This record gives sequence, C-alpha cells and structure tokens, in this order.
Amino acid sequence: MVQVSVTVDGQRRTDEVEPRLLLVHYLRERLGKVGTPVGCDTSNCGACTVHLDGKSVKSCSVLAVQADGSEITTIEGLADGEWHPMQTAFKECHALQCGYCTPGMIMAAVDLLNNNPDPSEDEIRAGLEGNLCRCTGYHNIVKAVQSAASQPASVGGVQ
Amino acid sequence: MTETVERPARENAVGQPLRRKEDARLVTGRTNWTDNIVLPGMLHMAVLRSPMAHARITRVDVSPALARPGVVAAYSGADLGDANGSIPCVWPVTDDIVMPPHRCLATDEVRYVGDAVAVVIAGNRYEAADALEAIEVDYEPLPPVLEMPAALQDDSPLVHSESGTNKCYTWEFAGGDYEAAKAKADRVFTRHYVNQRLIPMAMEPRAVVANPTGPGGEITLWSATQIPHVLRLLLALVTGIPENRIRVIAPDVGGGFGSKLQLYREEVLAVVIANRLGRPLKWTESRSENAQVTHHGRDQLQEIELAVTNEGKILGLRVDLTANMGAYLHIITPGVPILGAFMFNSIYKMEGYSFSCTGVFTNTTPTDAYRGAGRPEATFAIERIMDDLAAELGVDPIELRRRNWIKHEEFPYTTISGLEYDSGNYEAATERALELLGYDELRREQQERRDRNDPVQLGIGVSTFTEMCGLAPSRLLGSLKYVAGGWEHATVRVLATGAVEVVTGSTPHGQGHVTAWSQIAADALGVDVDAVQVIHGDTGTSPYGMDTYGSRSLVVGGMAVVAAAERVVEKAKLVAAHLLEADPGDLEYKDGAFSVKGSPGSSKTIQEVAFEAFTAHNLPDGVEPTLQANSTIDPATFSYPHGTHLCAIDIDTETGMAKIRKYVCVDDIGKVVNPMIVEGQIHGGLAQGIAQALYEEVVYDAEGNLVTGSLVDYLVPAAPDLPSFVTDRTETPSTTNPLGVKGVGEAGTIASTPAVVNAVVDALRPFGVDDIRMACTPERVWRAINDAKSRGGERVAEGTVAYGGATTDSTAGGAS
Ligand code: FES
Ligand code: FES
Repeated sequence: MVQVSVTVDGQRRTDEVEPRLLLVHYLRERLGKVGTPVGCDTSNCGACTVHLDGKSVKSCSVLAVQADGSEITTIEGLADGEWHPMQTAFKECHALQCGYCTPGMIMAAVDLLNNNPDPSEDEIRAGLEGNLCRCTGYHNIVKAVQSAASQPASVGGVQ
Repeated sequence: MTETVERPARENAVGQPLRRKEDARLVTGRTNWTDNIVLPGMLHMAVLRSPMAHARITRVDVSPALARPGVVAAYSGADLGDANGSIPCVWPVTDDIVMPPHRCLATDEVRYVGDAVAVVIAGNRYEAADALEAIEVDYEPLPPVLEMPAALQDDSPLVHSESGTNKCYTWEFAGGDYEAAKAKADRVFTRHYVNQRLIPMAMEPRAVVANPTGPGGEITLWSATQIPHVLRLLLALVTGIPENRIRVIAPDVGGGFGSKLQLYREEVLAVVIANRLGRPLKWTESRSENAQVTHHGRDQLQEIELAVTNEGKILGLRVDLTANMGAYLHIITPGVPILGAFMFNSIYKMEGYSFSCTGVFTNTTPTDAYRGAGRPEATFAIERIMDDLAAELGVDPIELRRRNWIKHEEFPYTTISGLEYDSGNYEAATERALELLGYDELRREQQERRDRNDPVQLGIGVSTFTEMCGLAPSRLLGSLKYVAGGWEHATVRVLATGAVEVVTGSTPHGQGHVTAWSQIAADALGVDVDAVQVIHGDTGTSPYGMDTYGSRSLVVGGMAVVAAAERVVEKAKLVAAHLLEADPGDLEYKDGAFSVKGSPGSSKTIQEVAFEAFTAHNLPDGVEPTLQANSTIDPATFSYPHGTHLCAIDIDTETGMAKIRKYVCVDDIGKVVNPMIVEGQIHGGLAQGIAQALYEEVVYDAEGNLVTGSLVDYLVPAAPDLPSFVTDRTETPSTTNPLGVKGVGEAGTIASTPAVVNAVVDALRPFGVDDIRMACTPERVWRAINDAKSRGGERVAEGTVAYGGATTDSTAGGAS
C-alpha cells in the first residue's frame, strides 16, 4: 500500500492505495466521484478525462499514486457555483444524447480552449480526437465548443 | 373557486426545439450509470471466457480459485446445474428453424472466442478478475468454421454437432410474380454485395447489479439495458423466478443501438448467483469483453438481381441473402434479416419480388439487432444496385430513381411486399437535397477533374431511402412468428397539487424521451412543460412496456401518452362540468382550463379539477376519485419515414484516402415534436452509417480470434473522421397517428451507408472500378484503383469484384 495525497474538486484527501490502482478507479470507487465514467480498457475513448493540475488527462491511463500531490478537477467540480460556459454550451447546442462521453468531452474541450481560445472547426475536431462519442456524430459537439469559444463571458450560469 | 382572470394563451410545446430536461444532470456528472451503484455487502463477478473458437470442454475445476484472496464462490456450468439456464430466441422465423441451446455457461463445447465457461465471485472487481486464472479448464480443440459459404458445405465442421447442420433456417417470401416479370425484361442485372459485420460499441459498456433483498422480498436487477420490461419477462422464463418477484431497473443508460436490446448471460447469472448467495452482486463489462461478447450486427452476403427494361424501368427484384447468426441465437437473431425483407423494394414500383434468406451458424460472436436491424442491409443493397444500374445504362442515378419511385400523388401505396405506405413525397425531398448539394455544379466539377486527370477525384453518391419502423403492429409481428407484441403503454396522472406524472413503458437511453414526452403531455393537457415529470425504466414504477428499439418510441409510446392524456381530459371534463353546473357537452377545454362555450368568464383549471378529484368531496355520481388514465396503444401499421441523402467525396487516387467533402440529407419524418432532438438523432445515425461505409469492420483471424477486439483496432470514428452535416427536412405528415409523426432513430444509419459507398465507387468508375468492399479503407481503395489500372482500365469480368483483405469466394461476384 502506498499513500497518496490529492486535492479533488477542492477537497484534500489522503488515502492508502494499492500501487496498481488506476486514478479513475480511485476517483470512482474510493472517493465516490462517479461522475467520471469508464468507457474502455485501452485509453482510447476519453470518457474518463479529468484535469490534473489544469491539464486534461485520461484518468484510466494514470495510476492513483502518480497523481500524488496533484490537484484534480472532475466534471463534478467544474462548475464554480455557476456552470462552466462549456457545460452551458453543451446543453444549449444539444451536444449530448446519452451523456456517457459528456464528462470527458467537456473536460477535454475546456482544456482545448485553454490552449487555443479561438480554434477553427478543424482544430476543434483534431483537439477532440482522443474522445469518442457514439451518439452525436460530433456535429453539435463542434458547435458547442465554437459557441463556448465565442462567448466565454456570456454563456455562464445554470440553465 | 372560479377563476375570472384572462389566462394567457399558451404556446404549443410540440414543434419547439426545447433544450433537454435530461442534460442538467448529465453535464454536471450527477449521473446514475449502473456501474455507479454500490450496495452494502456487494460482491463482484468476473467471467472466464473461452480462448478458442471451437473446442470440447473435457474438464472444468473451479476449486483452485476458491483459495484465492477475497473469493466467495466460483461456478462452472455443471456446478450451477439446472440454474444454468438457456437464453431463449423469441423469433423462430420458420417452423423448422434450428434453435440449439444457449446455456449461460458452456458445458460441452465452447463455440466462439469469448464463450462463457465459469464465473468467480469475490469481494472486489480486482480480486474476482485475478482469481479467474486459477480456474482449470481442459479443452480439446475442434476445427472452427468462420465463413458462411464454408459452413454451408456438406463436410463443414458443425458449430452445434447435435443439429447435424450449420443451416439455421431458410425463409422465403414473394410478392407478385418475379419469374413472369423477369421473362418480360430486356435485361437482368445481378450484383453481389458484402454487408460486413459490425460491433455496436455503445460508449457505456454493459453492467448489472442484482440485489436479492429488495424491500418487498423481490430481486432487483439494475441493468444497462434498453428493455427492462422485456428483460423481466425473459428472466422469469429462464430462471423460474415468478415474474412478480423480479424488478428490473434501467437507470441512466449510455447508448444501446440495439446492443442492449437483449437478454444476456451475465444478467441471468447475476440474478441466479445473487439469489443463491443472498448478497448483492455486480458485474461490469470491460470494453474488450464488450467487443467480444456483446452481440454484433449486420454480416450478410447479398445477391440481388433486378429485371429491367432498356429504359431502366424495374419489373422485378430477386434477393438471396446469407445471414450470419454467429455461434448461438440471441433473442431476435433470426428475425433481423427478415425485417429487411420488406425493404429491398424500398420506394420503387415493380411487378414481382422474390426473397430468400438463409441463416447460418459460425464460430463467431452471435449477431442480433444493430441500429436499423435488417433495414440498413436492405437499403444498402438496393441503393447500391440502383447506382450500379444507372452507370450500366448510362443514366443519371437520380433520373433512374425518378423513373421507378412511387409518385407523391400515388399515396397511400401498397408495395410489392404488401406494406401500405401512408404518405411520402420523394420528389420534394430529392429536389431539396439536390439544391443543397449543388448537384449540377458538382457534376460539372467532377467531369472537369476527370478530364484533367486530377489525382484527387470527386465522387457523388445517392441514396433515396424509406424504412419501416415504429415496430409495433402486434398482429403483423405475430404473423412473422415473433412471439411478443409491439404495443406500448402510458399512464398520465394529474396529482393533487396539479403536478403531472407521465409514466411510459418506452425506456430511453439517450433519445430525450423525458423532454419530448413532456412536450407532448404538456400540449395534450394544456399545462407547462416544466409541470410534467416523466417516469420510466423501472418495472416497479412503470409496470407495463415494450421498451425502446426500432424507432418505435414516439410513434407507439408517444401516442400512448397522447391517448392517456386525452382520457384524463375526458374525465376532468365530467368533474369540471359538475363544478360549473353545466353539461359536459357544453364545455370547451383550452390552455389548461374548462369553460362553458360562449361564456369564458367562469372556468375550472385542470389543477383545480385534479384537487377536487383528490379530495373527492364533490364528484359527480359514478366518477371515481383521482385524475389519471392509462392507454395501451397497438398501431395498425408501421411508420414510413423517407429521405434523400447525397454524399460528395474526394478520393486521393495516389493514397486511396477518402474524405467526405459534403454530406446532405433531407429527411421526411412527418411532423416533428422537437427539431433539435431530431437533428441530433440524424447526426448520430449518419455517423454510424458512414462508419460502416468507411471505417468499421469486424475481422477474425483464421483461428477465430477477434482481431478488432478493442477501440485500437475497431475504428469507431472520432471527430476528425467525420464532416459537419447539411441537414434539412420536408414534412409529409403521417396519416396513421394523431400527431402525424414518423420514427427517426435509425433513419440516418439506414440511408447513409450506400450514399457514401456509391460516392466512392462513382469517383472511381473511370478507372474501371465498380465495387469496393466495405469498409472502404485507403488500402482497399488504393488496391481497387491499382488492380483496375493494371488491367488497362478494363473490367476483369462483368459484374462485381470485391477487393482487399481476406477476400473469399463469397466476396467476389459475377453478373449474369
Ligand atoms: S476509459 Fe477510455 S480512455 Fe479512459
Ligand atoms: S452522448 Fe452518448 S456517447 Fe456521446
């Protein structure tokens, strides 16, 4: 057993974990952060994407112990009182159907805009390459990211 | 109390692109996936699967696993004895169909890689998975048979030796007289197409949690399923547990596309073993397991023949299918290709039709419904051959279709396969699509690029489709030997406070039922959309239902909501008339309130009536307390959406790379409840249909190992692989339901595959290429061009040549 100390969605946690425990299972099974789902076992789908010290990572490709000392934000901690503009944009643009890919998609899209605040359609598509959605055909996901990029200040707020 | 203020007129909710009620939870991670569920004392199950496609099991010993840390129990099929139930097939399409047993755990032989052999139950998922390796199994390898033509040979190894054959059934059907039509024809045009096997790959893998100690002593099963109601019935039949002692809940479900329209072994095992141990039990599928054992879709070899005049008028159609069942029959495996039988004739008029389908067992994952189920396969074949025939005759592919389709003034029209299409306007949808694509312009550009030998060639593909959906008419399903009906149930209640509950048997998994049903009920009752709560997906709270598949929810389940709401209004009218001291016949109901015609001053709102119905202090004689009503709807006919899809594609002839330049679709799904949701359904459907054309295909190696067993090898398209879509609608209302709506869930998938492949082939016809097998990967496209080039641009032989990969006899065809 190894000790990990992390801050998850603003809460400090210290736990003893098995060295092989994946970050996503630590989040889901130890911390009850079930908003972050698992969609594959080969790090291809991106459903498990969270922010680790502000950068998006696939939490199934990181061991819990590797996150020691880090700050983690999941979909559950993204809203800061008000929804993040990306959450609003996903709802407004109907960028989700079943919603299974949505937490990862939103976390990846937020990171994408942090790196490139004004992306072209091609840049959005390329930037989300690591996140699979089986429901939407990506059309409205692209629109949502464009919408969030175009009006960062005005799209916040709970709908 | 009598309300005297003017009530503001309410705007209809139906037709509005209302944002979804579902989304607030989903975008903030407040979700309810089955794998999220944790119960006190919950155990975890892991399944040991066969590493061989075909072998005799000579010994299974689970006892070494029991010594592993955390292990509570382990079972082989023999250990479970009578409790090792068999998954039923509920669609025995012929009287002499071969239906071998499909035990939860294989006991005598394993028949595909992934076949379940034993299970371990442990304290957590890691311990359960670790202990699998301790189970001892001795296999005696048997030769596998993977290809359908080989499986039909007399000397083939048998997937089920006791059956004496790999043939599951042959189902035949005729409309008119094909031979007579053929005799009159100027020419007969035959093609062979391969509709490859696909993996549905819903993003949420399957998961189950069984709790044997429900509050009423019942066993509760949470499952990532499309069909909680059907599942409860099937579980009762397989396990012997009385139906009324089983509760099935489908919580948030992360997509299905047919793959969760099933009774799976793990569902039965979880119930049986949780009951036996008296403790809650969870199983969550890994993605690799999902690829291997969750049922696959498609997988047909298609021979299709058109008897035509020299002008391209279709006189007759003959279809001969070979359909891969896989190693076992799942619940509707044999019926999937039969659903397509009525759709090969599509939107075209003809005099004779002959259809035959042979189902074949192979040592591969079982197949069953995948988005469209039989209809994408049919649409692919007919729309491919229409483009090929147009090229053969030197006619524009749109013009060829015009010469043959049902004209809008001919509806209602009874097709050669006996279905009555209620409405449609193929001309209008096609005109609009041509305009949106800029068809004439692109044809000119195509010619220009051909003339100057542009290394990047342009292709334009056409698909004019219709489909039968809204799987319902119980009598018709019965006549096809499907053992259940296709009705749907709803309850509408106005509670004491005026809050509205809609209970639906149609269980969503991403389609937005909660929002759409709220819109429908709000309009029918004249209340706010936000006043409506939709209850679904739990046999404890929505006891009747036939669930969600076959684009049936709105046209069947939605109509039950409409009918139940109308009954609520009827009952409320009796109460309101009593309160207003008027004759019910003199009342009118508008915007949620009853008033006496001609004197709108005094009125009773539905909320006031609901409170009266609750207190029951002053009800008219013979009227029961509470304001609620049920409806069970069984439509008399299917729903027939249609549309025209056009694809323009750029093909780099040096690399074989295909890139969609523009995709236009104009769908006619009648009236629309929520256009935003409809567009989303179309987009997602297009993505899956395009994926079949360009990216996805299941590959097995010669031993029967699934080569495409993960998202690394099985190419579910990502955002850069797809274009933005140009979508539009024409609106020809259905005449068979009160809202004039048609189904939409599968339309995009059904229509798009042939549009894309037609575009690829169209780009390459000048090279002498007239078919490319799906998926049209760069390698296949490149080979097709180069094989044709090396022949000097001449066709090898008349008819179809399929290229690339593991080409077998079955994938090469010839024209007669
Ligand atoms: S679960 Fe698929 S990438 Fe992490
Ligand atoms: S919304 Fe279902 S997978 Fe993306």
